[in-house]
Amino acid sequence: MEPLNALVSLSNFMLIPAFAYGSQLALGALGITLIYSILRFAHFAHGDTMALGTAAVIGGTWFLQARGVGIAPLPTALLALPFGLLVMIAYLLAADRLVYRYYRRVKAKPMIFVMASLGVMFVTNGITRLFMGVGETRFEDGERFIFTVRQFRDVTGLDEGMALRSAQALTITTALIVMVALFWFLNRTRAGKSMRAYSDNEDLALLSGINPERVVVITWVITAILLVLAGTLFGLDKGFRPFNYFQLLLPMFAAAILGGLGSPIGAIVGAYVVAFAEMGITYAWRRVFAYLMPEGMEPDSMMQLLPVDYKFAVTFAILVIVLLFRPTGIFKGKVL
Amino acid sequence: MSLTARDLGLFAGMAAVLGMVAMFQSPQLAVTILNMSLISAIMALGVNMQWGYAGLFNVGIMGFTAVGGLAVVLVAQPPVPEAWAAGGLGILLGLMLGVASILAAVIVYKRMQPGKLRGAAIFGVLVLGYFLTSYVFGPAKEAVQAVNPASEGYLGGAGLPVILAWPVGAVFAAGVAWLVGKVSLGLRSDYLAIATLGISEIVIAALKHERWLARGVNNVTGIERPVTRPIDLQPLPWIQSLAETLGWSVSQTATVVSGLGYSALFLTVLAVLIWLAERALNSPWGRMMRAIRDNEVSARAMGKDVTKRHLNIFILGSAVCGLAGAMMVSMDGQLTPGSYEPLRFTFLIWVMVIVGGSGNNWGSVLGAFVIWFLWVQVEPAGRWFMELVTSGMADGSGLKQHLLDSAAYMRLLTMGVALLLMLRFAPKGLIPER
Repeated sequence: MEPLNALVSLSNFMLIPAFAYGSQLALGALGITLIYSILRFAHFAHGDTMALGTAAVIGGTWFLQARGVGIAPLPTALLALPFGLLVMIAYLLAADRLVYRYYRRVKAKPMIFVMASLGVMFVTNGITRLFMGVGETRFEDGERFIFTVRQFRDVTGLDEGMALRSAQALTITTALIVMVALFWFLNRTRAGKSMRAYSDNEDLALLSGINPERVVVITWVITAILLVLAGTLFGLDKGFRPFNYFQLLLPMFAAAILGGLGSPIGAIVGAYVVAFAEMGITYAWRRVFAYLMPEGMEPDSMMQLLPVDYKFAVTFAILVIVLLFRPTGIFKGKVL
Repeated sequence: MSLTARDLGLFAGMAAVLGMVAMFQSPQLAVTILNMSLISAIMALGVNMQWGYAGLFNVGIMGFTAVGGLAVVLVAQPPVPEAWAAGGLGILLGLMLGVASILAAVIVYKRMQPGKLRGAAIFGVLVLGYFLTSYVFGPAKEAVQAVNPASEGYLGGAGLPVILAWPVGAVFAAGVAWLVGKVSLGLRSDYLAIATLGISEIVIAALKHERWLARGVNNVTGIERPVTRPIDLQPLPWIQSLAETLGWSVSQTATVVSGLGYSALFLTVLAVLIWLAERALNSPWGRMMRAIRDNEVSARAMGKDVTKRHLNIFILGSAVCGLAGAMMVSMDGQLTPGSYEPLRFTFLIWVMVIVGGSGNNWGSVLGAFVIWFLWVQVEPAGRWFMELVTSGMADGSGLKQHLLDSAAYMRLLTMGVALLLMLRFAPKGLIPER
């Protein structure tokens, strides 16, 4: 039973959290990659808009909770999602109308767009903090666990326990559903096809009668959906702190670049690679090895390759390796 | 040095505003704003070299300033002999082993034929290097951190005069910039942005975590200052008579005089940098840089090595940021890794450069003054605004309290709006490039 115990311990502390984290990153990275391939700039406001969307959901949750509305085993936040979505769609479309559209019209350099997105980031950041402050807000309610460590141990009779938090399960299922829906949308619907055409070759797309402004609007709407979902799931899982969302920027970009900027499937794969690398390298492997090694040879150190504070260093190392050896990413992104 | 009457007028206006702060708020505040503006001006100058001259997008200013700040600790703090005895050698050896294993990996990469074998060899070298390094480094680090942890627990510095730390800070930042630039320049322009974003987070994480280096989150305080501290100025007779003439209290006078001492130092550095930067900008080198910025392809066709030039200017600009970071830490007399926030140290500098006028050195300086002034003053203004908004609400209501508490975040909003408005309606900034 020893290897089984090792596996259970590993799943509990690393595999499940990493899978959930990867799913959250994937939703974020998909948004980055979409904006990149349609609007052709690196969207630096991504993390902070994610925070604002989550803040809207939290606001909705509080409103519902105050009225005693809930969907018992599931978190109330799910019920508040549509509200967050509406807010975020309106916000992003307004940002596009007020800020980005002008630069599209004058065909500004991509760097100017990035600069503008910095401005949007500042504003968004300010708004989020105005509403939520900088501290941590927890808004997870409903059933916290699908099964707890104790239940798992009682059922299986193993020494090690494993818990599955509802936020994690929810994240993983939602992410899978959204990814499938997104691919269906991009490959099967007319709007999705026009988006792909536009990203592939702008001039040809224009020539065949695709309305670029419509494509842009659809892109922002999809991005808003991805952002709100990613942000809410991340917040349910780890609590809401605006700065953490800003810090997600690096892993999300790393994931998008690793997979190949502009490639949706790449963003997903990249996100999971980044998440598992971050968790794997900063995970203390001692317990796992204690089960795997023969009696008397248990490791006495933590077996942790890097302290948790350096999880960004892992992301960064991945980024550096990609930039050095394969700047187009795993799935050959659009442009170098 | 081409400044039009309009530009001079803008600077004079800024000076008048600072004078008004001194009159109506307090002279100490005016001097504090002046000093931070000067430091910000130097950072903005560095960023302007990268963005204005060469079009490089650096989002890691925070990291470079923090590295510069680290230099102050390493140069000016007295060494801790017990810590050196406990694990100094081990730490040095560990660091060298770490560098050696990376170099070994690079050599393997360069010497071996591409293929699976090479990949495996590099991996092997790195893994071996990692374990060797942590075997030597880990215990040494623990030993150093165990030395008198309440007040020391780190190796200390070289015990040299603090002014020396400024150029050293520039060199440190230049080193980090070389690493980042080597990796990410020559690729898409946004890759540099993301790489710098990453490195700055890592620098801060390292500063917080590596307690043997600069005590991490325990902060190094009481660093030697380049200017006499106000408390030591107070007993001096001329300070006391000056206080009498001005009608201020002695402590206030001492603070202002000490602050002005920093201003003089910073102003000298800024003047030298501006002079150098203007000379460079108007030299063949500067024209080449701008040619590269405006049209990379044709510059390349003219035989210019664009990537190399980009690397040069990236290192130069980052070094200037590192210098400013060192100056800031030596003014504060403490290194507090927890206080480095990207919004404050990276993105605010960007707002300065854009508002001031990218490509123009004087513009960056003016932008730094204007934006830093706003940054300091918007907070009270925001509080006043919030009080106005909430004046109709019932006292003690949760919303009112919340809004009042949140007034501090108004300034982020204001800065963002300022950046967006400038970018949209006056993209050339207050003092345009010419």
